[in-house]
Amino acid sequence: MENLIALLIAAPLLGAAVLLVGGRRLDAVGHWIGTFLSAASFVFGLILFADLLGKDAEHRTLTQHLWTWISVGGFQADVTFRLDQLSMTFVLLITGVGSLIHLYSVGYMEHDERRRRFFGYLNLFLAAMLLLVLADNYLLLYVGWEGVGLASYLLIGFWQHKPSAATAAKKAFLVNRVGDMGLSIAIMLMFTTFGSFAFGPVLSHTGDTSEGKLTAIGLMLLLAACGKSAQVPLQSWLGDAMEGPTPVSALIHAATMVTAGVYLIVRSGAIFNAAPDAQLAVTVVGAVTLLFGAIVGCAKDDIKKALAGSTMSQIGYMVLAAGLGPIGYVFAIMHLVTHGFFKAGLFLGAGSVMHGMNDEVDMRKYGGLRKYMPVTFITFGLGYLAIIGFPGLSGFFSKDKIIEAAFAKGGTEGWILGGAALLGAAITAFYMTRVMLMTFFGEERWRDRPTRSPEEPSAEPAAAHQGGAASGHAAAATGEPHPHESPKIMTIPMVVLAVGSVFGGAFFSLGDRFLHWLEPVTGHSEGDSPLSAATVTGATMVCLVVGVAIAWAQYGRKPVPALAPRGSLLTRAARRDLYQDDFNHVVLVRGGEHLTRSLVYVDHTLVDGVVNGTAAGFGGLSGRLRRLQNGFVRSYAVSMFGGAALLVAATLLMRAV
Amino acid sequence: MNPVNYLYLAALLFTIGATGVLIRRNAIVVFMCIELMLNACNLAFVAFSRMHGNLDGQIIAFFTMVVAAAEVVVGLAIIVSLFRTRHSASVDDASLMKL
Amino acid sequence: MSFPLLTATAALPALGAVATAAVPAARRTAAKWLALVVSLATLALAVVVLVRFDPDGARYQLTESHAWISDFGVRWELGVDGIAVALVALTALLVPFIVLAGWHDADPLETGSRRWRPTQGFFALILAVEAMVIVSFEATDVFVFYIFFEAMLIPMYFLIGGFGDRAHEHGEKAAATQRSYAAVKFLLYNLVGGLLMLAAVIGLYVVAGNFSLTEIAEARANGSLHMATDTERWLFLGFFFAFAVKAPLWPLHTWLPNAMQESTAPVAVLITAVVDKVGTFAMLRYCLQLFPEASKWATPVILVLALISIIYGALLAVGQRDIKRLVAYASISHFGFIVMGIFAMTSQGQSGATLYMVNHGISTAALMLVAGFLISRRGSRLIADYGGVQKVAPVLAGTFLIGGLATLSLPGLAPFVSEFLVLVGTFTRHPAIGVIATFGIVLAALYTLVLYQRTMTGPVKPEVSAMPDLRVRELLVVAPLIVLLIFLGVYPKPVTDIVNPAVKQTMSDVHKKDPKPEVEAAK
Repeated sequence: MENLIALLIAAPLLGAAVLLVGGRRLDAVGHWIGTFLSAASFVFGLILFADLLGKDAEHRTLTQHLWTWISVGGFQADVTFRLDQLSMTFVLLITGVGSLIHLYSVGYMEHDERRRRFFGYLNLFLAAMLLLVLADNYLLLYVGWEGVGLASYLLIGFWQHKPSAATAAKKAFLVNRVGDMGLSIAIMLMFTTFGSFAFGPVLSHTGDTSEGKLTAIGLMLLLAACGKSAQVPLQSWLGDAMEGPTPVSALIHAATMVTAGVYLIVRSGAIFNAAPDAQLAVTVVGAVTLLFGAIVGCAKDDIKKALAGSTMSQIGYMVLAAGLGPIGYVFAIMHLVTHGFFKAGLFLGAGSVMHGMNDEVDMRKYGGLRKYMPVTFITFGLGYLAIIGFPGLSGFFSKDKIIEAAFAKGGTEGWILGGAALLGAAITAFYMTRVMLMTFFGEERWRDRPTRSPEEPSAEPAAAHQGGAASGHAAAATGEPHPHESPKIMTIPMVVLAVGSVFGGAFFSLGDRFLHWLEPVTGHSEGDSPLSAATVTGATMVCLVVGVAIAWAQYGRKPVPALAPRGSLLTRAARRDLYQDDFNHVVLVRGGEHLTRSLVYVDHTLVDGVVNGTAAGFGGLSGRLRRLQNGFVRSYAVSMFGGAALLVAATLLMRAV
Repeated sequence: MNPVNYLYLAALLFTIGATGVLIRRNAIVVFMCIELMLNACNLAFVAFSRMHGNLDGQIIAFFTMVVAAAEVVVGLAIIVSLFRTRHSASVDDASLMKL
Repeated sequence: MSFPLLTATAALPALGAVATAAVPAARRTAAKWLALVVSLATLALAVVVLVRFDPDGARYQLTESHAWISDFGVRWELGVDGIAVALVALTALLVPFIVLAGWHDADPLETGSRRWRPTQGFFALILAVEAMVIVSFEATDVFVFYIFFEAMLIPMYFLIGGFGDRAHEHGEKAAATQRSYAAVKFLLYNLVGGLLMLAAVIGLYVVAGNFSLTEIAEARANGSLHMATDTERWLFLGFFFAFAVKAPLWPLHTWLPNAMQESTAPVAVLITAVVDKVGTFAMLRYCLQLFPEASKWATPVILVLALISIIYGALLAVGQRDIKRLVAYASISHFGFIVMGIFAMTSQGQSGATLYMVNHGISTAALMLVAGFLISRRGSRLIADYGGVQKVAPVLAGTFLIGGLATLSLPGLAPFVSEFLVLVGTFTRHPAIGVIATFGIVLAALYTLVLYQRTMTGPVKPEVSAMPDLRVRELLVVAPLIVLLIFLGVYPKPVTDIVNPAVKQTMSDVHKKDPKPEVEAAK
């Protein structure tokens, strides 16, 4: 059975290789190859899952050793896979949701001439993510980790002819690389501390070393997680990543990529458990990010960017939970899975809306779409209810647990973290209701108006639509949109995900199924909560109602202005991602430009200048010496006599002394 | 007679020769002055030989004469060919080898 | 007496060079084919060497020793250890690709230009360089090594100065001026280094009484040859300076950007992927073996210089406007990693550095040769002259991206393994330096992706809109390199198995052991 593990990765990897190397002759069937291999991986996952379920809880770890990768001195890295409950959960999420997104993309990318390549990249993404969660040591995990970064680079920049897409892709990769630096330093620290970086030896020997070392490792792992999971301060790439096709956003936000950071922290639980300072840092990052993302999400008019803010915020919840230690690990993963369902559903829904609206993303130009896109409306609506934590739906169970766990941390920290989580819940309710109202309710603001706003002229409609989903509707691109429901191949995945969003949480929570499943890997402990579970649930409900009510008051009762009002200071700040990008631009980009430019100058004038100066000095000296050679025999004779006279004088002088 | 006087004479001849080399332009004259300097040296060598009572100086004087003879052969040939090409025996005209 | 295999690997390209140069001027194509066949035959011989080499056997294998200049005790002594075998194989591997990539680089210019391009000479010089580099790797006699180390400057000088890119922004004349500037700069830098090394070689002879590396190293190891501390340090510095110029290490690096910028892409690959490796290789073999104490004495300074090279090279690469200069500065950054690995004095560092030499050779070749194909199409080296190439020539852009990803050490591709080994090896002994060097990986991503973004993405520039995609010959050059990059990335064992025992020897030469981990968890 162990041998199936490699097949999990091999299937999508084969797909990527075939599709990318195969060339044009696969154009006609490429997308089906990609979808089939992704689904095949899911089937392998199910088989392995059934196998794991057949064993008792303590023996649900399969390992497969393939070959020795690097072996130098004491440095030993193997290509070994490890499948336990934690990685199994991820495998099913990645391949399951991933396959649905593949299916959806068949329809969404139908008119894109580079669809084959798109599927190749999607398969690469899955393969890298599977490698990440199946690796048995940190170095192999690192391969998947950067592989995910590469795949996201390729997919975010898929429409490369758009400079903004190319820039966004580069930014995503670079910010991730900063995080990767943390991971490499963490691996090096592990090697010097434990002499190994395989999960087994590292995680079982945390007691043998100092807390300082573990804190350092933990902080470096946190840096890595911040990069991949778009946590403050490395969150800036996520908003720009919306430049990619919408299925990519769904994949990045729901099944792969951003979940990797949470996986890393939960997987390294033993290290964090032994390093309370690092844990505290994790919770702080999580809490800050969940508020940061939520605030940003409130101000965005771009439907995808609003959802991106929401992802950031939800991942913040997971990181917060993961930072709480054994109280929170299980709930972090549970929220991750339910979030996988509803966020994928929401993004696919958003893609479906854009598909029907000529790729318009500005929610101020939507409105009243529920009549035209009933399936999208219902699935999106269920996802919406799930994410705000409507009682009985997925998000309710998982988020509620996290808030409880935050309070259970105890002490002042517990109150602050719990409060932040509660506040986050209220804001989540607000911005998601806002998205819902602006998109599907209210007046139809897209009538009598070209879809593109005047300050954002479509500079190259041909180019923008060549790759865009709506190229089939290019004729209507500049006129009034004709909203319509998306084809079956796109709605079916949305329906499946909506079902997951509705029932997933309840299914996991009944009888603590999920808890029992994951506990052997992550461990679990009940915290000592100052508040009862019922109180927390009640408070969460109050927050939810308040959030929805404010949104209703602002966007439901009053018509939504088609042009964004100036807004308060906070709104304006949030629209600009709380000035994080401006900060980056001024400090890093500008500063970096000045640094490199002055270094180029220094290299040319100083380093090279010293050498060239020496050469010029010798040149000048020889130019002067050359004048002595004037060609007159007599002057040579004079110098000869002079020289002879000097010699004689010197000899006499030596004699005298 | 004091052999030192021969040395004075040699020095005088050498100086005359050197001055001639330095200030005259005619290649023949320069050449003759060089010969004068060589012979001044010869005179000094012979005088030394006498003063020290051994034959080393005289041997060297013979060497010098042989070298001088060879030099005359080559030098005169050069001067003649120079005169043929440039129609002048001035050493200043032959300054083409400078950079 | 057995067949002199090592001499043959060097003699074959040397004879090939003579034969290629002798091909009549009109039979240009024949000369090219001859050069290609000779380089492939050399590769075959190198493979034989690789197969015959037993990693766990004696330190130097396939040894040959013949009297040469007996008055000075100079002997034609050859022998390879694991490190040398790997580099001989790399050299023999890359030259056929260089020949193939430079197939048209030395063709006569189009009508209108009167400059004569001696095609035969171009290929003969490449083979001559190959022969000399191979001898430098194989020599176990310091004097033989010195001669070939210096002699390879001559063909390189002509390759840089005589054959530049066809296109130049300021016309043919400016190009010729810049080329000769670059060639002279290359020559002078390396001659100065070589001169100091010559002094040190003579000094070594005075102290040791012969030139044999094996004998001197053995005498050093068993204590029968004692050197005063000062003597050892001076001799070390003489050798190291020459190697640091060749490597090149900051601040002796400024010849490399000029040389790479002005020469054709295949020659640039020859410089950075092959010739420069002699410098880093020689640090491992000569500096550490002959002067272990002085090496340890100089380690802190050298590590700092290497660190500066890494960061400085990468930062300057970000600021370049010329594609080839950018690759040159990237190489300076990578050479910083190699030197750092060597002087980290850990087995991971030194194995990683050796592996890095091999991988850097392949990855730079891939990136630079594709860049060369790109430049030959548009006739400009300036990044700003490109844009949107991905749309027009997707295969070219794809291979360029893979070359770039290899340069930024993406896991899964070969350079990652070596870079990580170097970082880990350094970190175990000098944590602060290891951490700072890690910043290099972010900068590497920056310059690579900026280059890719500016040239390949965005709207298609009118000048590149008719650009043809890679031709069959060009694909034949790039595809095997990419396959190798991926293969060595997932399975570097063939190389590390050969290199590890040799590194173990070097480590014992300098009396160093790997630091022990704090917790013996793995055992």
